[in-house]
Amino acid sequence: MKKKKEEAKETTISFDEAMPGLHEGRYILRLFITGTTAKSVLALTNLKKICEEYLEGGYELEVIDLYQNPGLARDEQIIAAPTLIKKLPLPFRRIIGDMSDIEKVLMGLEIKQLQIRPEND
Amino acid sequence: MKKAEHLLSQATLQKSPTGIQGFDEITAGGLPAGRPTLVCGSAGCGKTLFGIEFLVRGTTLYNEPGVFMSFEETNEELIKNVASLGFDLEDLIKHKKIALDHVHIERSEIEETGEYDLEGLFIRLGYAIDSIGAKRVVLDTIESLFAGLLNQMILRAELRRLFRWLKEKGVTAIITGERGEDTLTRQGLEEYVSDCVIMLDHRVTEQTSTRRLRVVKYRGSLHGTNEYPFLIDETGFSVLPVTSLGLEHKVSNERISSGITELDKMLEGKGYFRGSTVLVSGTAGVGKTSMAAHFAEAACKRGERVLYFCFEESPSQLMRNMRSIGINLEPWAHRGLLQFQATRPTFYGLEMHLAVTHKAVNAFNPEIVIMDPINTFILGDTENEVKSMLMRIVDFLKGNQITALFTSLTSSESALESSDVGISSLIDTWLLLRDIELNGERNRGMYVLKSRGMANSNQIREFILTDNGVKLRDVYVGASGVLTGSARIAQEAHENAGLLRQKQDIERKRRELERKRKVMEARVAALHAEFKSQESEALKNLEAEQEIIRLQKMDKIEMAASRKSVTEKRKTKKHTKP
Repeated sequence: MKKKKEEAKETTISFDEAMPGLHEGRYILRLFITGTTAKSVLALTNLKKICEEYLEGGYELEVIDLYQNPGLARDEQIIAAPTLIKKLPLPFRRIIGDMSDIEKVLMGLEIKQLQIRPEND
Repeated sequence: MKKAEHLLSQATLQKSPTGIQGFDEITAGGLPAGRPTLVCGSAGCGKTLFGIEFLVRGTTLYNEPGVFMSFEETNEELIKNVASLGFDLEDLIKHKKIALDHVHIERSEIEETGEYDLEGLFIRLGYAIDSIGAKRVVLDTIESLFAGLLNQMILRAELRRLFRWLKEKGVTAIITGERGEDTLTRQGLEEYVSDCVIMLDHRVTEQTSTRRLRVVKYRGSLHGTNEYPFLIDETGFSVLPVTSLGLEHKVSNERISSGITELDKMLEGKGYFRGSTVLVSGTAGVGKTSMAAHFAEAACKRGERVLYFCFEESPSQLMRNMRSIGINLEPWAHRGLLQFQATRPTFYGLEMHLAVTHKAVNAFNPEIVIMDPINTFILGDTENEVKSMLMRIVDFLKGNQITALFTSLTSSESALESSDVGISSLIDTWLLLRDIELNGERNRGMYVLKSRGMANSNQIREFILTDNGVKLRDVYVGASGVLTGSARIAQEAHENAGLLRQKQDIERKRRELERKRKVMEARVAALHAEFKSQESEALKNLEAEQEIIRLQKMDKIEMAASRKSVTEKRKTKKHTKP
């Protein structure tokens, strides 16, 4: 836990300092959805909104329909849908659900902490 | 009757045979086809193995491929773990007979951000099923999901949907669950999987572990309700039906020799019934094993196969000992007609014994099974369990038309007729060996305590171990009880002497009679002679008297002639006379 905080601190610094040049800590995200179910659509819109707002230009988002690629569900160890996988930056995280709880999505993406940090400090 | 019920249950509910030894018997055909079954139990009770065997047997025996979705072990671990049981999962996976999917959930990397479902799991499972055309699915242990995901409401709803979905898919599924404190499973899975629930249990009593299986529930089907012991060994799972399936064994009228001519004579001259159960009980050292060896030898001579379980002696020791009474079992063992299974009863639990018996019998396919002795089991286990085990063995052997001979050691303090294990009701022919102490000797006596279905002898016979095997002799009933051993021999000599004396007596009497007859005859001859002499004398006297009368008459006439006058007077009178 302590380690994580330290890590987060480091990220904070680099994020603050390198705000415009995010490509260094570029976010690689994969969203796994199941067709056009309400949850899938909601998750996609929510995520897009969050990414636009917080990671503008600094992310790659791949949307994968599990129905089209069922084999990927096993390869990526997916059980819940929708699932967003944060491949990079590390640590690897899975964010499941329709992304309506923005706070939690940000925590999962480890963006929220960045935002709060300066206020706390 | 049973068949009819069986047909009925078949008509109403399709069953999917598991191929697990014994399990299909107690469930009358296997698991409900196309439905999920819950297999629950505590850690290490064999849930995973049950699932794996269900799939492996399914694909190898019934050509039904299967998917194994593991929530705990990784695929590599699983393959390694079941390889020790002789299952080559890798090969089956290569040939698309089995698909493994390890679901890994790491709580720490998951963030829940609103509504979700487990469609991912469904897709994975559906994909795996479709990729090999699976008919069987095992989910091991799906409750791990509860540790990985927080939203219980969603989870429960999704699990309900999953089981419904499995039903729609028409796959026969096994869902394993860890046993809870008061419930069958920790998360109450039994609520969702309500068609068939099987409980596995692993108990340790008196340092011996026993695995047990129970069908808690089986909707729409008859099933055995008992706890059945089961085994996991190098060939996988085997469940053993506790009580047999009823008293419906076919009986045989064929008779087989006990190997002892005199004993056969006591049993209507023909010996035991084939397929019957024989108990030889008695105190230590009365020759129970010798009787068993006789029986084994006789069977081998007929060309039958004998399976000999020895629980006290090693086979070589037994063979050496039997050679001393002229029974040579070694050639039969070499020719493969006689097989020994020697283990200490305490080596493993009762169920294991039962399973070993089952397996050995099935593998060797004998006509005769000998267990020598049965009551050593009591050392480690309670009497009741031993009895139920023996009942199962007896029923199993009877069902297979195998003649069984058990020996049982009775302690000299307890009543001779109470065999320790109290299995007399299971026994068809009961031979009792007892020692008779008399005149400073200890001799053996034998009698037939009971023998169902035949007019057996009621005699007590003396049982002698000679260089040429067991011999039975009549015993003498004397003033102080039955006579055996040297007392019997003395009695025999005594009787022989008596006989000789009697013979001599008769001879003597006959001679006496002859003599008397001769005396009588001599007397008769003497009398005869005497009579003759008397007769002739009497006759002579008679003649003499008649002569005198004649002479007197002559004298009178002469006198008359001399006295003339008188003669004239008398002349007239004389004329009238003739």
